[in-house]
Amino acid sequence: MNAALVSPPLKPSRIINQKAGEPINGFKGIVTGDDRQLLSTRMAICQALYEEMQRDPTIFVMGEEVAEYNGAYKVTKDLLKEFGPKRVIDTPITESGFTGLAIGAAMTGLRPVIEFMSWNFSFVAFDQIISNASKMCYMTGGMFPIPLVMRGPSGAGPRVSSQHSHAVEALYSHFPGLIVVSPSTPFDAKGLMKTALRQNNPVCFLENELVYNAEQEIPISEYLIPFGKGDIKRAGKDCTIVAISRCVMWAMEAADELAKDGIECEIIDPRTIKPLDIDLIAESVRKTNRCVVVEECYQTGGVGAEIAARLQDICFDDLDAPVGRVTTTENPMPYAVNLEHETLPKPHRIVAAVKRACYF
Amino acid sequence: MTTMLGAATLDHAAVRREMGKERLLKLYKQMLLIRRFEERAEDSYKKAKIAGFLHLYIGQEAVATGFYDFLEGGRDFSVTSYRCHAQALLLGLDPKELMAELYGKVTGNVRGKGGSMHFFSKEKGYLGGHGIVGGQIPVGTGGAFTAKYLGTGGVSVTFLGDGASAQGTFHESLNMASLWNLPAIYLIENNQYGMGTACGRAVSVKDIAAAKAPGYGMQAFTFDGLDLYASWKTAQQVVAIARAGRPVLVEAKTYRYRGHSVSDAAGYRTKDELDRYKTLDPIERIKTDLIAEGWLTEAGAEQIDEQIVARIREAVQFAEDSELPPLSDLTRNVFAEQ
Repeated sequence: MNAALVSPPLKPSRIINQKAGEPINGFKGIVTGDDRQLLSTRMAICQALYEEMQRDPTIFVMGEEVAEYNGAYKVTKDLLKEFGPKRVIDTPITESGFTGLAIGAAMTGLRPVIEFMSWNFSFVAFDQIISNASKMCYMTGGMFPIPLVMRGPSGAGPRVSSQHSHAVEALYSHFPGLIVVSPSTPFDAKGLMKTALRQNNPVCFLENELVYNAEQEIPISEYLIPFGKGDIKRAGKDCTIVAISRCVMWAMEAADELAKDGIECEIIDPRTIKPLDIDLIAESVRKTNRCVVVEECYQTGGVGAEIAARLQDICFDDLDAPVGRVTTTENPMPYAVNLEHETLPKPHRIVAAVKRACYF
Repeated sequence: MTTMLGAATLDHAAVRREMGKERLLKLYKQMLLIRRFEERAEDSYKKAKIAGFLHLYIGQEAVATGFYDFLEGGRDFSVTSYRCHAQALLLGLDPKELMAELYGKVTGNVRGKGGSMHFFSKEKGYLGGHGIVGGQIPVGTGGAFTAKYLGTGGVSVTFLGDGASAQGTFHESLNMASLWNLPAIYLIENNQYGMGTACGRAVSVKDIAAAKAPGYGMQAFTFDGLDLYASWKTAQQVVAIARAGRPVLVEAKTYRYRGHSVSDAAGYRTKDELDRYKTLDPIERIKTDLIAEGWLTEAGAEQIDEQIVARIREAVQFAEDSELPPLSDLTRNVFAEQ
């Protein structure tokens, strides 16, 4: 593992937001040292967009509320001010329309970034994503690659119930032709977004509302994180936990809890679901002989199902226990606080699954 | 404002004079090339050399032919549905690569990956044939967006059927195009049936463009799609409007002689109806005019036909002689190679 590509430790969040009420620029971190800046995930994504838009005039950002409103989650804050309305464009509420428009723009020489205010709304544009974006390169014999970044928060927001709480990693990974990215830290989000903006495939860039506030010191100088390279978020010897997006945070909490019982977990964050760094996961499993996958997708056909199947293919003899899966339970998200808590793959469920895998 | 162009409102002789001999002959040859290419494709389909879907444009040739005379492949963009052969031929793509694509050969337009519904050309700005009804409408809108963004002066023509006007993408695209002043032309080819459902059973208004364009603050044009002169005159006007930065909604009243796809026997319409339309054949009418003007002789017409048939025979031979794609192509191009 290239040390330069390892995500540094997260800072306790909300340091930036607590700063004396002064307006925070959307993409400028707080300089904390030589080549160090402190910023949140939302700022890291914005910074990647800012840097790449400066570099490449064919990049434009389009979506609902991305310009004058600064983004529903402020991820595109100040981009309108920097680049003007030609390149930062508020759309009508028209997901299918602007997704298809972006695909057409990508076919004709531009590099669109579209925001789904949440990936739940991508279902309105599903035909454009699947029938057009994912297949265009293949069905044109390579003539029309689609350099398109589709981004926005995926997974459940707090207390927004069933229609606003989908994690779509497994869903979009199912279709050949789409890259699926799911960062859990500011460092990863910035490096992966820059990669997304310099390659020629349609990327589902799945952010998370609760990861947006995570803060971290990251380099000021440029770095890119390649697709298909996972990251060890915590080293350990007893059980591998593969965790995706904000589940990394929950897995970290669970690992602290499990450490009290003497169980040392190794947390692998694949960072991109497609391509998937199965080699890094397998390497860890060969050491721990146990694996639990934690994700916000449903269990049936989830990312955990895929990882479990691949692990039994490539390191069957190394496994001392069945691969565990901690997922969103198979029900639409309920509103009631206690039911919502039990639906999500929260730390208490991760602790139980790891203990099962360790026969503890 | 709605403009209607057809036999009753158009001085054909005047348009003919404006077009001149060379241009009319060129357009006649283009229409005939489309007709003969598709007749031969249909023949190959019946011999099981071509499989899957084969949606033929036969009867509708005047619509696209009139329009492409005002487009510059490369600067301008175009996109259509699965009925996509005519556009590719009008852009000057080689019938050999198109026929080879129908045959699923590696020498095909998209290396045998697409078939009849998916002809494309990057060089000519042809954003393809698309298999999902209405799915191409926002894509064509994207072409117009790029033309405006880059300031190329280009326009984007999106062909769609009457059936596609009922899809949500139609509404979404027209709204965006008008809102953002995109150089977009939406051309509804109303061939009277969405698969087997008559337009009147699927669309709530009779004149689609005239009824819907005002809802988007757009100009509407309607023309007789069996009449090359009407198509050409309409194209002349609407391409100018789009180049000046406003989208336009256009409807061609046309007719397809064949079923929705080759496998469709078209039992939903009468033989009388089909025969009546065949008397209005867009290609025959132009041939008659060319001869009447003394711009073409019967023998000359026959010679043109023979040359086109020979060219398509070569294309068929090329397709038959070509190889299937290598198995190494199976997973190639799922992702971009660079």
